[in-house]
Amino acid sequence: MTMNKQINWSIRAGAVATLAAGLLLTGCGKSDSSGGAASGSKKTVANIGSDTMVNLAAAWAEAYGAIDKSTVIEVNGGGSGVGIKGLINGTAELANSSRHIEDKEKAELKEKRQLDSKEFIVGFDALAVYVHKDNPINEITVEQLAEIYRADGKITKWSELGVTSIPGGKGDELIRVSRQNNSGTYEYFKEAVVGKKNEFKLGSLDMNGSKDVVELVGKTPNAIGYSGMGYATPSVKKLKVAKKKGEPYVEPSIAATHDKTYPIARPMYFYTAGEPAPHVKAYIDWAMSDAGQKIVETTGYVPLPKK
Amino acid sequence: MKPAVPRASRSQLAIMVERVIEGLVYICGISAIIFVFGIFFFVFKEGAPFLAKLNFTEFFFSKEWIPTSSVQPKYGIGALIVGTVSVTALAMLIAVPFGLGAAVFVSEFCTGKTKETLKITIELLAAIPSVVWGFIGLSVMSPVIISVFHVPVGVNLLNAALLLALMSVPIMVSIGEDALKAVPDSYREAGIALGATKWQLIYRVLIPAAKNGLLAAVLLGVGRAIGETMAVLMATGHAVNIPDSIFDPVRTLTATIAAELGETSHGSPHYQVLFLIGVVLFSITAVVNLAADFIVKGIKRK
Repeated sequence: MTMNKQINWSIRAGAVATLAAGLLLTGCGKSDSSGGAASGSKKTVANIGSDTMVNLAAAWAEAYGAIDKSTVIEVNGGGSGVGIKGLINGTAELANSSRHIEDKEKAELKEKRQLDSKEFIVGFDALAVYVHKDNPINEITVEQLAEIYRADGKITKWSELGVTSIPGGKGDELIRVSRQNNSGTYEYFKEAVVGKKNEFKLGSLDMNGSKDVVELVGKTPNAIGYSGMGYATPSVKKLKVAKKKGEPYVEPSIAATHDKTYPIARPMYFYTAGEPAPHVKAYIDWAMSDAGQKIVETTGYVPLPKK
Repeated sequence: MKPAVPRASRSQLAIMVERVIEGLVYICGISAIIFVFGIFFFVFKEGAPFLAKLNFTEFFFSKEWIPTSSVQPKYGIGALIVGTVSVTALAMLIAVPFGLGAAVFVSEFCTGKTKETLKITIELLAAIPSVVWGFIGLSVMSPVIISVFHVPVGVNLLNAALLLALMSVPIMVSIGEDALKAVPDSYREAGIALGATKWQLIYRVLIPAAKNGLLAAVLLGVGRAIGETMAVLMATGHAVNIPDSIFDPVRTLTATIAAELGETSHGSPHYQVLFLIGVVLFSITAVVNLAADFIVKGIKRK
């Protein structure tokens, strides 16, 4: 995710509570967290990174405001690389990343700040491939998906996937449902299926939300689409996915995401530079706790395995 | 203001107050102009930095809209312009006969309770929010279109045009009806006295007399259709595609701005191009309005 997006969702969680207490100190949210802050003042955690995770991070920050009123989590997007760069420059205390930290970045952090990166897996991002519930197809490979969605891909008809008739369907045309070109889901699907250097085939129906994709596929027997795993409805069917022909087809499920057998899934990380400060550590622990993982589920991602 | 005969009773204060009020009324009068130019200026300013880099032929005629590519972004809005124009044109094809027909019916044929009920119901149609229309298009009309017309996809040009037609009919009816009502009754009486039938009266007397108002009604409908965003975002299918038939999905300029502006970084090329699309939309509307103005003037001269 190299795009230079700048989603500026500064969540001043807890500001309301402060106002209620009559302290009116919200403007002081800048107090440096590394300096031992005096009791009563607020500690700010700059939480920068992945655009895929920005909704989740914002939801976490908002909920955390009610739990720890003395810590303010400021969430910003920009991409995983921007978050890790923030750790290296010292402008971020907590980086959101939807990919593993690169060795080059590790070395840079060591060189600039003499710190090792510390990694926390906080949830998973898994995309399911949806078709209409009456469509006889049950399985698909990532290679076939790429042929369907890639600009120079060959598959445009259901018969090319071995589907000769769809009950309620009209004709053989394969209707591609996709997402608007700046959503995190679009970016991840591009990375995992279409290929980073390739483009999407134009002419797909670009829906403006994860729910809309599933809604449209549920009403259109000829359609295929991708969306978060948690958005399934009774009128759609999730396909089993294999990496390529010959490999086993895997049902999209939380368990298959956890054991890494499902091919269109990836972990989501928090990174810190060295050991996190106590208030940052408390936040990370909370995000990984049952309460934090509940939010992972409600925002459409896959939570960590239950301990 | 001509200095009329000075009145001894008017105090200095009263004159001052009047000046102030005059000034305020003047500002109100020109505020619309200030706002229009202000908005145009700001939209243009946001998009302007990209003009230097813009390939105009590609911008207007290419159908490749790939603004977030990591390899080679392409900013062709050809397909989007075709989308906006085709959806609006089809919507008007459906809405104008219905809208003007309904206006004539309500104004000339209905009386009493029927008229009141019809007027209130039609105005209710105008009160439905566009996101609700979009939802109807996506989840009610889309399956209906699939099964009635035997086409593979139900969110398409026809779906959006039907919604836009339904959305612009209420405006046409209320303004069209006002225009017909403004025709003096003496015209009707004269027509009937000459032995004209009701149809002849409407076709030969009332419609020509109310031409300007009816044209205004149609153009306001066109404006509503071009500017509509949410409903077309959901009902057109939002696909970068030049349609071959009315059952193909398309994408409009407005929906593209709505879907993409929220998450582009401020000042990036993508952001600037989206504002240029705003300028294009603004120009289309301006041309439509100017054309209308000339047509109205032409009619008057005759």
